[in-house]
Amino acid sequence: MKLVTAIIQPHRTEEVRAALEAAGVKGVTVSEAAGYGRQKGHTEVYRGAEYTVDLVPKARIEVLVDDADAGTVTEAIVSAAQTGKIGDGKVWVVPVDDVARVRTGEHGIDAL
Amino acid sequence: MEFALDSGNTAWMIVASALVLLMTPGLAFFYGGMVRAKSVLNMMMMSFMSIAIVGVIWAVYGYGLTFGADGFLGIFGDPAGLYGLNNLGDDGSLAAGVGVPLLVMAAFQATFAIITVALISGAVADRMKFTAWSVFVLLWSTLVYFPIAHAVWGGGKLGWDSSLTPTSPIDFAGGTVVHINAGVAGLALALLLGVRKGFGREPFKPHNLPFVMLGAALLWFGWFGFNAGSEFAADSTAGRAFMNTMVAPAVAILGWLLVERIRDGKPTSLGAASGIVAGLVAITPAAASVDTWGAIGIGFLAGVICALAIGLKYKFGYDDSLDVVGVHLVGGVVGTLLIGLFANLDEGTTWAGAGEEKSPANGLFYGGGWDQLITQATVAGIVIAYTFVVTLIIGAIIKATIGLRVTEEVEMAGIDLVEHGETAYEEAK
Repeated sequence: MKLVTAIIQPHRTEEVRAALEAAGVKGVTVSEAAGYGRQKGHTEVYRGAEYTVDLVPKARIEVLVDDADAGTVTEAIVSAAQTGKIGDGKVWVVPVDDVARVRTGEHGIDAL
Repeated sequence: MEFALDSGNTAWMIVASALVLLMTPGLAFFYGGMVRAKSVLNMMMMSFMSIAIVGVIWAVYGYGLTFGADGFLGIFGDPAGLYGLNNLGDDGSLAAGVGVPLLVMAAFQATFAIITVALISGAVADRMKFTAWSVFVLLWSTLVYFPIAHAVWGGGKLGWDSSLTPTSPIDFAGGTVVHINAGVAGLALALLLGVRKGFGREPFKPHNLPFVMLGAALLWFGWFGFNAGSEFAADSTAGRAFMNTMVAPAVAILGWLLVERIRDGKPTSLGAASGIVAGLVAITPAAASVDTWGAIGIGFLAGVICALAIGLKYKFGYDDSLDVVGVHLVGGVVGTLLIGLFANLDEGTTWAGAGEEKSPANGLFYGGGWDQLITQATVAGIVIAYTFVVTLIIGAIIKATIGLRVTEEVEMAGIDLVEHGETAYEEAK
């Protein structure tokens, strides 16, 4: 099993969720995140005083998938989240030892 | 002397009093949105504490010290017979000329005393002990607001027949008494308190700009009572003050945003809210004595000049956190002085006020020469000097006894949690 984690532009969240659903993914976790990559932060001006905002808002999407689906899911996220501008984010895949479904106590693939 | 009760005037003054009282909670939102999430409750509580303390002391002795007969201890009105608003409830106890019960007038004036000290709280954001603030409210209202309001409005030395000025000073609704007064006091307190940790280096980003907009809206709404109510009657002069209170802040928004567009690149919502308040402040003393063109001129200049003045604190290194100096002192001075240029007392029924020996003159642009400008500058200068010195003394006494400022740990953790045992939001940072 794999955990696919994506950091994307917040305004692409709905497109990515829809693409994952179309790809057959049953569940997804979305959280608000903040950070920077090559995009860096931006400046804001309040009553003439400039402030540099280093951490820009992002959405963090996490999906647990079977090994065989990891590639498809990653591509689905990339194509749905892409705007082509700097700051679009990143997707990474890491192996997962085990998964348990809390309601039934099932383990492994059955719990996905 | 007996006067007949005027039910129209009385009804308007009761409504106007409620409008002005609403300004102080409005101010709490205006200021509260501008601070960080960890100190919004303390910021708002300083305004509410002003209502609590001044609301009581005004009724107990403040009205007497302000509107009692002139000459008590040299700077106050004589409160004898007026403690607890005694003798104001009788049937024949009506304000001269307008037929409004004196209890209503006392309530109206109470709301002015309340908001004036509350305005100062913007200069001390994030770092003043709540007990120190409470003591300050009591002492400052007693030793600064009551004497200044007495001098200008209560028959004292800066009133219609002032011997210190060539003509009668004009302060219709509180350019000197409220705004210059609060602005100078804010400067004095900010100097005594010192800068917040990280001032000029870390961002103190406003945590809720919609609160600031909401507060500005409530202030403007209440300000119609503040300015048009200062006529003490429902008449055409009140109508003029009302109209000027509409147009001056509107043009001040444009002035402030123009500066931002040129200087910073973008017009901001904080700038629009600040422009409203700058325009309201500047038109306050002039509301009844300028025509609509004068109101447009005063509003525009206030928007531009205040937008430029808020940068002074970084240049001089005092932490007037929410720009009480930049908006209220500077806006108050702009409005007070521009009366000397724009006063148009010939326009219809604009102005009925005058003393027994002196009366106000037209402004320079309306054929009145320099006299009124000299008068206005004199009164502004006297208020600035008195308030600055007495506020410094009050602040220094509090500093030496119970202390003015919270510890650095409290400031880092957030003043809400430590001074009030609360946080405004789940994760206040």
